[in-house]
Amino acid sequence: MSTFISVTPENRPIAIAAAFTVVIVLIGTGYTLATQGTAPMLTMSYLLQQLQIGSFLGLCAAGMMMVILLGHIDLSLPWTLTAAAMMATTVGGAWAIPAGLSVGLVVGVVNGLGVSYLRIPSMIFTLGVDSVLRGLMIAHTGGFAPQTEATPLMRFLAADKIAGLPAAVFVWGAVSVVITIILTRTGFGKSIYATGAKESAAFLSGIRTHWVIIGAFVASSLCASMAGILLAGYSAKAYQGMGAPFLLPAIAAVVLGGTHILGGRGRFLGTLIGVVLIVFLNSVLSIMQMPEAFRQIIYGVVIVSMLLVYGRENKARH
Amino acid sequence: MMIRFKSWVGRNRGFTGALLLFTVLFIGYHILHPRGFSTSVFIQNANESVVIGFLAMAQTVPVLMGGLDLSVGAVMTLTNTIASHVVTGSPLQMVGGMIVTLSAGTAFGLMNGLIVVFGRIQPIIATLATGAIASGLALLVRPSPGGDISSDLNWALTNAVFDFAETYGFADNGNAAWLQPIANVPVPLVILFVLGVCVWVPFKRTVTGRTVYAVGSAESAAYMSGLPVARAKIAAFTLAGFFASCAGLYLAIQTSSGNADINQAGAYTLNSIAAVVLGGTSLLGGVGGAIGSLVGAGILRVISFYFRILSIDPLLQSLIEGLVLLAAVSIGAIRTFRVKNKLELFR
Amino acid sequence: MHETSEIVRLDNVSRYFGGITALKDVDFSCRAGSVHGILGENGAGKSTLIKILSGVLPPSEGQVLVDGEPVQYRSPSEATEDGIVCIFQELSLIPDLSVAENIFIDNPPRRFGLIDGSAQRRMAEEVLARIKCEDVDPDARVRDLSLSRRQMVEIAKAISKDPRVLILDEATSALTSRDVETVYELLDQLTANNVSSLFISHRMQEVEALCDRLSVFRNGSHIRSFDKGDLSENEIVHLMIGRDIDAQYPAKPARERATDPALSVSKLHWENSLTGVDLSIGKGEIVGLGGLDGQGQKELLLALFGVLKGVTGAVDLKGTPFSPKSPSACKNAAMALVPEDRKTEGLMLSLSIADNLLLPNYSGVSRGALIDANLAAREIDDAIAKLQIKTSSPAVAVETLSGGNQQKVVIAKWLALNPDVILLNDPTRGIDVGTKQEIYSLIRDLANAGKAILLYSTDYAELIGCCDRVSIMYDGLVVSELQGAQLTEQAIVAASLNIQSEEVA
Repeated sequence: MSTFISVTPENRPIAIAAAFTVVIVLIGTGYTLATQGTAPMLTMSYLLQQLQIGSFLGLCAAGMMMVILLGHIDLSLPWTLTAAAMMATTVGGAWAIPAGLSVGLVVGVVNGLGVSYLRIPSMIFTLGVDSVLRGLMIAHTGGFAPQTEATPLMRFLAADKIAGLPAAVFVWGAVSVVITIILTRTGFGKSIYATGAKESAAFLSGIRTHWVIIGAFVASSLCASMAGILLAGYSAKAYQGMGAPFLLPAIAAVVLGGTHILGGRGRFLGTLIGVVLIVFLNSVLSIMQMPEAFRQIIYGVVIVSMLLVYGRENKARH
Repeated sequence: MMIRFKSWVGRNRGFTGALLLFTVLFIGYHILHPRGFSTSVFIQNANESVVIGFLAMAQTVPVLMGGLDLSVGAVMTLTNTIASHVVTGSPLQMVGGMIVTLSAGTAFGLMNGLIVVFGRIQPIIATLATGAIASGLALLVRPSPGGDISSDLNWALTNAVFDFAETYGFADNGNAAWLQPIANVPVPLVILFVLGVCVWVPFKRTVTGRTVYAVGSAESAAYMSGLPVARAKIAAFTLAGFFASCAGLYLAIQTSSGNADINQAGAYTLNSIAAVVLGGTSLLGGVGGAIGSLVGAGILRVISFYFRILSIDPLLQSLIEGLVLLAAVSIGAIRTFRVKNKLELFR
Repeated sequence: MHETSEIVRLDNVSRYFGGITALKDVDFSCRAGSVHGILGENGAGKSTLIKILSGVLPPSEGQVLVDGEPVQYRSPSEATEDGIVCIFQELSLIPDLSVAENIFIDNPPRRFGLIDGSAQRRMAEEVLARIKCEDVDPDARVRDLSLSRRQMVEIAKAISKDPRVLILDEATSALTSRDVETVYELLDQLTANNVSSLFISHRMQEVEALCDRLSVFRNGSHIRSFDKGDLSENEIVHLMIGRDIDAQYPAKPARERATDPALSVSKLHWENSLTGVDLSIGKGEIVGLGGLDGQGQKELLLALFGVLKGVTGAVDLKGTPFSPKSPSACKNAAMALVPEDRKTEGLMLSLSIADNLLLPNYSGVSRGALIDANLAAREIDDAIAKLQIKTSSPAVAVETLSGGNQQKVVIAKWLALNPDVILLNDPTRGIDVGTKQEIYSLIRDLANAGKAILLYSTDYAELIGCCDRVSIMYDGLVVSELQGAQLTEQAIVAASLNIQSEEVA
């Protein structure tokens, strides 16, 4: 632990998460060396494949982080993602991606209005919006798997490679750069931190906190819809329940990356590492052919124990 | 008396509104039902409401304390799979199995409480993680759906009181005169009612129960008044675990089997939050109660019954449920516009 | 009458908070069957005294004796067991529980281990009847009661514990006159039953009417105790103020009155707290807001900064009508507010100094949409240099700074915007003397640069030393305005108590 002494408190969870990620990869490699005598986890192609899988979760977590930094949460992620994917494939053609993104825009504005002006706890408001979106989409598709297909551009973005790297990684990277810039280099980003840290103080500093909240929810929904568009491209079509597996891992990635669940603290780098941690954890468990039961248990134990470690570190400081 | 009633209504607007909505929906349902009101329909309705009813009660306690328990659905699933193994054999063994099931869920809730209080982790994220653990354990206990719970028990507990008596051969096989007034009451309702009255009502009247409310309303004032804050937090999660295990046990008996369905667990958790809010409990804590959440759960169920009898496209169900939820919380939010000092909104 | 026994006695009690001394070598005692008034200015140590007596805080040094036996309370409930009960200024009621539940919160009547609701209601009715509050429904939620009713419930909660020592900390400040009468009668009854009451109040008339013995505190020390009638009102005020002036104030420039008002307010109303405030502040002028706590000063500042809804009346900013709709509108109109509680309203404690400093002014350090790191760094360095904020780096969290430096951050973040009107709510509270003086000269420099400043302070010496003019508020109104030679502590105290200054002077 002594190597982390120079790490600032804010970066400590990030360092721990990064170290843990390395441990996971080492365990996985040790396992494959012992059982097969090879180390596939350390090959380039394997890592790229993991990045490609991780990009969907990465987009979801990026958006979720904006909302969690405010001390709120966005439970409408699953069906925002699905609705965006379905709308994109339904509209098709050149307007496919704008159609998907505009779903995100509308959902984000509605969520933001409900949370900021009506002051309904985001937990329940976004849950209701999720349910409404699900209803709309089921009505739209008639309850069957949609027959429409992803456009070539969507497929290209999700599944093809640019200069040897998966295109989806470029999308994830671009969104990450934008969000990093927003959070560190714009007044809006700084206002998100301020509003999450102490809403009353931000309000009295002349920050338009309503707009900050709406903006963060829009960012979250846009990211979710981008993930939906990519995922539809990856699978060639949209399908029911494509968003559900992303909600809890997205929240977990953000929190394991050191963002405080009550808002105000967290770095985007942490969320990136949180995503990588979860992706590698999943893939090592896959390599070990770990049954789903143990995956869930390990997943839960990792979250609780890492948060206990973070908490202990904080207490030791004071 | 009238005045006291009026003031009670005034203080329990959320609950009263929920009760009215439920009554209107329920009566409307039976009027519109092609066969009108009948015991069999009523029994079927009751059966379909028990699990969400228990989960709504489970969720209520942490919410009253100003927290949230995202593991209730998973704990239900876990206890459901446990029950499918242990609730078998002779009646005595079955009772023992039920006790094992309920203890397991209660212990899991206790663990949640200890993590939240001593680990100082936010309830929402702690229970998110322990929920995954419970799901995993459920998959271990029962990797594929199955179980062999006695069909007698299933029959007895999912029908009217008369059938219960007949199955176990008491009260003249259900024909005794004293039993007649309640002979047609569905057993699932009796179970919900008895547990609600025997567990929740007494709990609310202990100092610990009152402290749960006090913590949700004003934690620092509760501390200043010398109330047992840590004990109340642990008790809240423990009780949530207990009610969740009641849901799991009933689900096992109702389906005669156990099924570690993780998606179902997640959906039930989210529905339990919706039921709590619809039943007039504030997500900020301090206001509401488990009985209200039962009514909230009832509203959610009755809405879904409508789809069956009206020729509404069942595909719209989720849409309408969502709209009802949003409308209910938005009506509750009107008070926000009456606040004169904007700083008060942030507290 | 003086042969009655002492119930509580403090021997050489001191209490420190960090480096600040709140109580110093206090010897104090109170007798059974008396009403004992405790007097002192804001911050004289009264609250700390009460907290030590009632078990909220342990003394740093010295001893508390009850019935001649030394005691060490670890919590208020232990003090309650010995019959020492306090009615706290900040209400300790749970808003969402009923009146009856609150009265018996920590020791409800029980049957078979469960709270007996009907017994509880009956007992609550009895207690409420004792203080003539039959109109309060024991089943009503405390949240739905008016402030005065809540305070009566708090009193009911205290007397339900059968106290031997009852401490009333400003317990009558929100009461209606009828309730005050009731409390007087209650105190008489308690005195007849040999209960000792400690009565803390800013209302001189009240203390005069009720107490048979008085103690004056100043700067954490017990100055003197005496029986009622031994000293005149005038002498008591002298004792409270003391003679030592502990801060140097910058010189006030000679000035003519007739500068243009930068901000003027007329007939400002809001709920029950502002009842028609008229006020004007000239360019380059520092106007003080004085008076007892809770006479509408804080609400006036909040109303001017767009925090309150439903404010009526006219506000003129630099000669044009202005409607303070929100803090951001006020910010854009070149106004600034240093709020009451810097920890919850002024600062994001967990964020860095830099983030806090730049918060209101991101547009000023941005080029296009992006923050220009050089501009921002210059801005931060300027602010830190100008206010001499003592820190190792602007990247450290504000919570690691001392109170004085935290307050400097709050002030500095507004100065970057170059506001014309600056509203200050008790900016030197809880700050060491050195930093206080820096803030005073900063305020004066700002005024000399043409800013209009409205300063609310609970420290009278500060109002006299800093302000060109002081408006005293009472009951939501500006009742008098003092300036020049009129600005004396005696005049302010007298005006604050709303008694005629001739009587004191």
